[in-house]
Amino acid sequence: MNAKIYGVTELNNRIKALLDSDAELTAVFVRGELSNYKIYPSGHHYFTLKDQEGTLRAVMFRREASKLRFKPENGMKVIAFGRVTVFPRDGQYQLYCAELSPDGIGELHIAFEQLRDKLYKEGLFDKDRKKPLPKYPERIAVITSPAGAAVRDIIRVLGKRYPCAKVIVLPVRVQGAEAPPEIVGAIRYANKYKVADLIITGRGGGSIEDLWAFNDERVARAIFESEIPVISAVGHEPDVTIADYVADLRAATPSNAAELAVPDSAELRETLLSTQIRAVQALNRMISQRRDRLMTLAEKRVMKSPLNYIEDRRLLLDHLQKHFISAAQRIVAIKKERYVHLAASLDAMSPLKVLGRGYSLAQKLDGTVIKTAAEVQCGETIDLRLSSGALKCEVKERFEA
Amino acid sequence: MKEDLTFEKAMARLEEIVKLLERGDAPLDTSLKLFEEGTMLIRSCGEYLDKAEQKVVKLMKSETGEPVELPFEAGEN
Repeated sequence: MNAKIYGVTELNNRIKALLDSDAELTAVFVRGELSNYKIYPSGHHYFTLKDQEGTLRAVMFRREASKLRFKPENGMKVIAFGRVTVFPRDGQYQLYCAELSPDGIGELHIAFEQLRDKLYKEGLFDKDRKKPLPKYPERIAVITSPAGAAVRDIIRVLGKRYPCAKVIVLPVRVQGAEAPPEIVGAIRYANKYKVADLIITGRGGGSIEDLWAFNDERVARAIFESEIPVISAVGHEPDVTIADYVADLRAATPSNAAELAVPDSAELRETLLSTQIRAVQALNRMISQRRDRLMTLAEKRVMKSPLNYIEDRRLLLDHLQKHFISAAQRIVAIKKERYVHLAASLDAMSPLKVLGRGYSLAQKLDGTVIKTAAEVQCGETIDLRLSSGALKCEVKERFEA
Repeated sequence: MKEDLTFEKAMARLEEIVKLLERGDAPLDTSLKLFEEGTMLIRSCGEYLDKAEQKVVKLMKSETGEPVELPFEAGEN
């Protein structure tokens, strides 16, 4: 029997080499349930993954464990990622876990995307449905856990930037099954009693499960229906929740929400100061403009020596008078000339002129001119007008033509 | 700051007054009145900002459902 006899360590190393040479085992995902979870004083986490039939020992070193985004608990379904190798001292193979995440993430992602698409189609994310935030909020309702870092960050930043705003904390749970109805209740309550002119709701960062309350449809609808504008502040920059989409403004972090919520009072004081300067300057400019105008007017000759003005007017009057008189004289002369002319033509046409040539005019006593003999009776008295004077005559006889 | 005059309204009115003054076409006595009003607003806005003490309260529901303000201690549960 030529069988080789191994030393224990030698055999363990042989097995280790065998496992290490399997590429698949150096980067493997494994699904299981956590048990025997222990955190050692060194900061390393030791646990066992199990399913119905088997168990697998696992270790997660402090460096990797510090990146955990949730608190692992016994009984929790998880997906671990790492490499499988042998620890020669114990002769045990185990999983050196690099990442650990709660199982079911995939389902949550699907649910998230379905809800997001549904609410998007309903118009809950529409830009034109976003309410404008008050420029200078006087009361800010903070709907979050009263125990978390988020509320402290918000209060600290608000106090630093704009201490004149009153902060009203509406304490709610921000994770677990009770969180969504509590957040919804607080948003509705704030609206019903108009306790604030701005709402900030959110929480600090965490795993997708920790943030889940802010992916709840009820919370999304309560934010949408809120008449008070809402700033969402969930987790840290890369985590986008449904609440972020539907809120009137999305902040990257709770501190950022506080920064976006209020103006900086130091800047405002400067604005006030410059406003004061502008007002004084405007008024001074206005007064000096009016003074200039006054000076220009006062400089005019009429204001300096009013007598000049009167003399001017007197000269003008004289001038006008002269013109007026000569104009009047001219008009009289024209009229007179026309009169003489008319009188001459009238004279030429006068019947008296005919009488002057020896003719006479016979008239009845009533003044009617007699043109034919038949117009008078024998014995009738008629007037006969001569060039000079008249005769009253009696008709002796008629000779009709 | 008067109760019926919010900071926001005061700031808006202030902006309006300065614009009117800068346009410079209002009668002088109106302008003086505007200036006086502006000075008052600047003072009251400044005083408002100077109320530096931040007020933080916790809002709880009373038995009747009305809100009750309680002092807020950070970190409480």
